[in-house]
Amino acid sequence: MNTEKNKYQSRRDFVRIAGKIIVAMPLVIIPALLVKKTNVKGYVWQIDPHKCTQCGQCKTNCVLTPSASKCMHAFRMCGYCDLCGGYLRQGAKTISTGAENQLCPTGAITRKFVEEPYFEYTINRDLCDGCAKCVKGCGDFGNGSLHMQIQQDICVNCNDCSIARTCPSNAISRIPASIAYLPKDK
Amino acid sequence: MKKALPYIIFILLLGWHLAIFAQDRFPRPEFETGHVYPTNQYASPRAPVWEYIDVAVLIGSLIVTTWLALKKRSRRGLIWMSVFSLAYFGFYREGCICAVGSVQNVSLALFNTGYSIPLSALLFFTIPLLFSLAYGRVFCAGVCPLGAIQELSGIKPVKIPKYVELFLAFVPFIYLALAILFASTKSQFLICRYDPFVGIFRLDAPYTMVIFGALLLLAGIFVNRPYCRFLCPYGVLLNIFSRFAGKHLTITPAECTNCRLCEHACPYDAILPSDTVQSKEEPTKSRKRFLLYFLFVPVFAVAGAFLLYNLAPSLSAVNSTVRLAREIKTEQKTGIESDLKTVAAYKESGKTEAELFAEEESVIKRFQSGAPWAGIFLGISFGIGMISLSIKTKRSEYKPHQGKCYSCGRCFKYCPIKVKV
Repeated sequence: MNTEKNKYQSRRDFVRIAGKIIVAMPLVIIPALLVKKTNVKGYVWQIDPHKCTQCGQCKTNCVLTPSASKCMHAFRMCGYCDLCGGYLRQGAKTISTGAENQLCPTGAITRKFVEEPYFEYTINRDLCDGCAKCVKGCGDFGNGSLHMQIQQDICVNCNDCSIARTCPSNAISRIPASIAYLPKDK
Repeated sequence: MKKALPYIIFILLLGWHLAIFAQDRFPRPEFETGHVYPTNQYASPRAPVWEYIDVAVLIGSLIVTTWLALKKRSRRGLIWMSVFSLAYFGFYREGCICAVGSVQNVSLALFNTGYSIPLSALLFFTIPLLFSLAYGRVFCAGVCPLGAIQELSGIKPVKIPKYVELFLAFVPFIYLALAILFASTKSQFLICRYDPFVGIFRLDAPYTMVIFGALLLLAGIFVNRPYCRFLCPYGVLLNIFSRFAGKHLTITPAECTNCRLCEHACPYDAILPSDTVQSKEEPTKSRKRFLLYFLFVPVFAVAGAFLLYNLAPSLSAVNSTVRLAREIKTEQKTGIESDLKTVAAYKESGKTEAELFAEEESVIKRFQSGAPWAGIFLGISFGIGMISLSIKTKRSEYKPHQGKCYSCGRCFKYCPIKVKV
């Protein structure tokens, strides 16, 4: 009786140890397979401004409110126009800083006179909510110097970026954290 | 530097692209007043060092939890550990990075050439599994923020019927299989998308996410840990690994006296009773039944593979390329122009229909090659589940079911045997 019990006991032990080895194998194999494909510095999400269609979903689809995706200005591409398609609402009666003339719903763009006939437009990042209306206006009527970029200090770097998932032009992808931005003027 | 080279070339190419296609409607002004162009401030992302601090915290809290569950046997300690994990991994790190989601990063990296997995994600995937193989599901007990928030809110445990429990316990397997399939075909990260508590951790999310999380928490007051038991895909892996754990939490600190006081202690139905009544069935009969069920496993596997292979084209609809291609096809068929933003973006991009349809075809092919494996996995797990229902083991003590036990320590106080440490 005693030996019988021992036999069962050892058989069970054998199954347990064999199972342990089999189960442990993927834990060795997977890291071994991935050892060449690991990235120590990590990834961040970023918008390729050349693919962006300014659909406005960055504003609504980010898990954060306001969105981590905001407008940036490539000053070296800007025409410094007086009649700015990114600053002024279409059909604005006068070219002025009046709130009724501004395209930006949050008034995040400041217009500053530089010299005749040039005006400089800067974006207040804290006010920008990422609606991309100005980016569309600038792309349609100007040089396309306004563009969307994900602000890496605000972005929580979700494993599955919820803007990327719904981005109609697949403009958002993972890029190495060492690059972090894909600005238009670099 | 060498690694960054392709990206530098890529950016240079982008610049070149820009030089050709830039919409230079208005030339760059030459300022007479000597105005200089302002420079943009590029706020840098969180330093990668922090991710390794997260890994260190993970290892540290796993060690502490193991000690609390196996050695110190302190339910209170485990609760404090849950509070810490909830605060750190949940509210401070805002639920990202988590081991549950890392399954997808691993499968994406395994089956795709373009993506390299962040080292921290790989570590978050393997370390809890290693601990599970050594000491049981201590990760669930006090380290996982999703488990912690449910552990802390599960105040009034109610037992649910065994057949409901068994039936629902199969859902995580399906969830895991689909999540791996979707991640490895580069379609989407299912687990992250339906992460119930991330909205609560961030105090900011789409309302659907918050409602889902709140409902789970409310249900969790009575049916403890609903996400862990009936949804968590990483729990499936932990469950499998924990079954072979070398050491595991025990209900009693010494020898079990079969007092039956702990019988109803576990809200997860994870306590295996000792058989005081001998089964009257003949051993040969049960052996035959075991063999019969064993032969059914390959049948289930083949059935699963067949089923999922045929489901693959419909499943591939989670992929955005496939959805776009199908939208274009319906547009052609009906002649009604689609008002989807994706369709507008596609038309602007200048990609030809042939290219798009070829892409769709290749995605469906990938689904068809991956789906049978998911089916085999599901079939085998179903078969093994059936077998384990039929096996009767002789036990002379009350002990936790190593797969199901979350090492939460609720049963400690029910055991009358006290040992001074």
